[in-house]
Amino acid sequence: MAHETGAGDVTLDVADRALVNALQGGFPLCDEPYRAIAETVGLGLTEADVLNRLRSLLDRKVLTRFGPMYQVERMGGAFVLAALKVPEPEYERIAGIVNALPEVAHNYRREHALNMWFVLATEQPEGIAAAIAKIEAATGLPVFAFPKEREYFVEMKLHA
Amino acid sequence: MPDAIEDLDRRLIIATQAGLPLVPRPYHALAEQLGIAPADVQARLAVMLATGVIRRIGAVPNHYALGYRHNGMTVWDVADDRIDALGAQVGALPFVTHCYRRPRRLPDWPYNLFAMVHGRDHSEAEAHAAEIARLLGDACRSSDILYSSRILKKTGLRIAG
Repeated sequence: MAHETGAGDVTLDVADRALVNALQGGFPLCDEPYRAIAETVGLGLTEADVLNRLRSLLDRKVLTRFGPMYQVERMGGAFVLAALKVPEPEYERIAGIVNALPEVAHNYRREHALNMWFVLATEQPEGIAAAIAKIEAATGLPVFAFPKEREYFVEMKLHA
Repeated sequence: MPDAIEDLDRRLIIATQAGLPLVPRPYHALAEQLGIAPADVQARLAVMLATGVIRRIGAVPNHYALGYRHNGMTVWDVADDRIDALGAQVGALPFVTHCYRRPRRLPDWPYNLFAMVHGRDHSEAEAHAAEIARLLGDACRSSDILYSSRILKKTGLRIAG
């Protein structure tokens, strides 16, 4: 299966891997948090090394972002997984339409009859229905919405 | 805007939703940008962490770049009277990063349990799915794995400024 991932083949050295793992924990709320991370990681890293490596990891798309991860539901907003059954010849055009909406936080191609899966994030719960209506109008395709009914576990950490 | 977010929190969210400043004193940089004291930036972030508005502060890895090229959304049709007990057990498996109950969309979609698994190769992802299948046993009527083959967009939450 061919993958287009936004990330080329990257090489991570020992310090990069240690840093990626350390940065998936709780980032310190102190005056000089990057210095604190440098001390946690060890390996002779300085604060400047941590900042330079972090910039490089973001530039190389090893990390997709770095900062607070907001949980939109706790702010009164909504977060809904949704899918489309996109005809293959139309795929690129439809992806463009869906990606152009600011309410679309991420979007993945998946191998299934439902072949486009995206997450809608809006500040108010009513925004979800509005975004779905916009997508249906712009694409002419029905949106399958899968709002979560229960969350059993979420912890997006991967060992580097 | 909802009452749940105070104005200062909202400004802080807007200032940090693209990421934390990559400077030695990031909270000072935010404080200067927002015209408040650095201690207040740290205090508000601490409150939002405590209340769950912020899940955590840190890095979001690109699965593919870390070698996890086989990212499967495993989906299961689980008996309604058993899904909550089993969903909690599936979520507790060390290799599951997200696990939710969601509505079925019949007739197109019979599945009500969603669990994300990640593998460095296809067989690792399949082995994870097999372990979930063993755990669900006869409570599961059918299942599927939807592998992601392209990231079309990944920006995370954006609220309007």
